[in-house]
Amino acid sequence: MSKFRKKKKGMPGISTASLPDIVFMLLFFFMVTTVMRETDLKVKQTLPYATEVKKLERKSLVSYIYVGKIEGQGGDKIQLNDRISNVEDIKYFIFAERNTHPEDEIPLLTTSIKADINSSVGTITDIKNELRDINALKINYSTRKGDINRNLK
Amino acid sequence: MAKRDIPEINAGSMADIAFLLLIFFLVTTTMDVDTGISRKLPEKQDPNIKPPKLKEKNVFIVTVNRNNNIMVEGERFIEIDQLRDEVIKFIDNGGGLGNPINGAEPAECDWCEGSKDPNLSDHPNKAVVSLESNRGTSYGTYISVNNELVGAYTDLRNRLSNKLFGVSYTELLKQSKNDMKNESLKEKIKKIKEKYPQIISEQEPQK
Repeated sequence: MSKFRKKKKGMPGISTASLPDIVFMLLFFFMVTTVMRETDLKVKQTLPYATEVKKLERKSLVSYIYVGKIEGQGGDKIQLNDRISNVEDIKYFIFAERNTHPEDEIPLLTTSIKADINSSVGTITDIKNELRDINALKINYSTRKGDINRNLK
Repeated sequence: MAKRDIPEINAGSMADIAFLLLIFFLVTTTMDVDTGISRKLPEKQDPNIKPPKLKEKNVFIVTVNRNNNIMVEGERFIEIDQLRDEVIKFIDNGGGLGNPINGAEPAECDWCEGSKDPNLSDHPNKAVVSLESNRGTSYGTYISVNNELVGAYTDLRNRLSNKLFGVSYTELLKQSKNDMKNESLKEKIKKIKEKYPQIISEQEPQK
């Protein structure tokens, strides 16, 4: 005779205790994936490869300039935020970027140039000259890590 | 024999499975890691100021034309994989006296292992690598050349750091990043940078 009498049961219900976990998991997943891109790329890009790369620290201090071609249109196009812009607009873009940061962070602001492997150096030089004019001197040529010989194909 | 009850499914490990999946996705989604070659642009110069005169042997000219051919010293065409060695040979030559460091007398480069060729640079702190490009050069080639120039300096710094401290320069940088307050690491990095300062100058591209 056992002390603990077994209760008679019917079909047990599936426990929903882990449902929150699953939901959180999905939540986290989407949270992680949605921060990946803030702007839609309008220009077509393949970044060049390099071996001597440095990681960009403190992403909040980085502003991006995209350079690439648009299908069916000739010449390199420059994209700032979500718009295709002219070289002259870069100053206003950087000024706007500076406005969002406290004054002591301004010298730390970096401009990352994400340019397509086939763009011409001329376009990049124009961008650099604009940046020099307004004293935004810290730049970074965005590249992927890889063998440089792949750039030449 | 008594009829057995259907046992309840143990859901206790469900959370573990969920976390396992979460971690799996966290690890496998490639976050946009931004890497690149960092550069500092020169400040705008007053056009009236004359640039300082440099001895021809202290300047190493790398030219890239619109067909993405690379020429060094204005006379030889080379392939991209030879560029790094050429640059190292030039910087590490140590054929003469350098600029004074911290007010000391100009001295020879006693950490250089170069051939002391009289036609190449005097001292790493006098050696200027000058990059000339054309507006039509492709960005890919431009980045490759830049990469090799930076790479040459990194190679030399690694070698010197290995000799002085037994660790490579890249390893020093990595350690210093994890340990921001370590002054002795910073001191070491500064010392290496002083011995092989990275002097890369860029010309306005030709039209």
